[in-house]
Amino acid sequence: MAAAGNLLSTEMGAGKLHVLAVDDSHVDRKVIERLLKISSCKVTVVESGSRALQYLGLDGDKSSIGFDGVKVNLIMTDYSMPGMTGYELLKRIKESSVFREIPVVVMSSENILTRIDSCLEEGAEEFLLKPVKLSDVKRVTDFIMRGEGKNGTRSLKRSRSDDCTPSLTAAFTSVSHPRDLSSSPPPSIFHSKKSRSSID
Amino acid sequence: MDGIVQLQRQLVDYNASLFHEGFLDDQFNQLQQLQDESNPDFVVEVVTLFFEDADRLLNELTKALGQPSIDFKRLDAHVHQLKGSSSSIGAQRVHRVCISFRNSCEEQNVEGCLKNLQQVKHEYSLVKSKLETLFRMEQQVLAAGGSVSR
Repeated sequence: MAAAGNLLSTEMGAGKLHVLAVDDSHVDRKVIERLLKISSCKVTVVESGSRALQYLGLDGDKSSIGFDGVKVNLIMTDYSMPGMTGYELLKRIKESSVFREIPVVVMSSENILTRIDSCLEEGAEEFLLKPVKLSDVKRVTDFIMRGEGKNGTRSLKRSRSDDCTPSLTAAFTSVSHPRDLSSSPPPSIFHSKKSRSSID
Repeated sequence: MDGIVQLQRQLVDYNASLFHEGFLDDQFNQLQQLQDESNPDFVVEVVTLFFEDADRLLNELTKALGQPSIDFKRLDAHVHQLKGSSSSIGAQRVHRVCISFRNSCEEQNVEGCLKNLQQVKHEYSLVKSKLETLFRMEQQVLAAGGSVSR
């Protein structure tokens, strides 16, 4: 039965989502790689922001115009990394005319609201609390797949530039579990751009 | 046949005890769920990386606390890493001590840090030994022709 969801996945073709994961922790790199592979993604894992930029061709060596190489559909980055933080990486990506449309998800073991807010302000798609679970990754990748497939282009692009995110909000609120942030064991908290649009 | 069943039962019980006693939390369970026939050694591989990380970091922490003038920022950075990786594999007790350790660093409390270092070394050696036992028991079940169910 070709339901809408199935059509979308086949629209992506044989192409799986290609996710670039960035984390300085060897343990976390191994885990996120497995989580993404189980979620049917093609995965590239790097250990730092500068390596990520190198991989994307954004390391300033060559102009990114006409850079044909890498197609990345999603970037998942740790926040606290030596050298370049995930926040700084996020900024560099959003400053790039070529790569700014790639959704970026930031992961952190620390539930610091100002940190979350600044990432969302800077254009992060989501902020995930570590340790990241399979359900978090599936939710993110499912969402990106739907967004990618819908119009054949990235519908996230339109939503972001309009700064009107009712569809995103609906998608997020339908899957996010309202959590009390003050409760002690940190569940995976799903912070979306909904908070960003309400600030603006 | 009896032998395998007994081994499997012991394994299940031992596994459960690690959770009951708080050595491991749900994150370890999450990792076990990620293991399958195509990746039969996933948990051992991740835990091995954790051991390598922890050995290195505990070494660094010991050195850093042995300095005449203690660099608390650097200390904190190491503890943060250890906190992260222990959390990622579900080593709950190690993770908890790291949280206290970070507080000691923030307070620049040398006594506190020294105590926390002892605690974290102790908890780490406990969980390491238990995980190694767990893996050994799994190998025994597999060697006897049984399967390690998740």
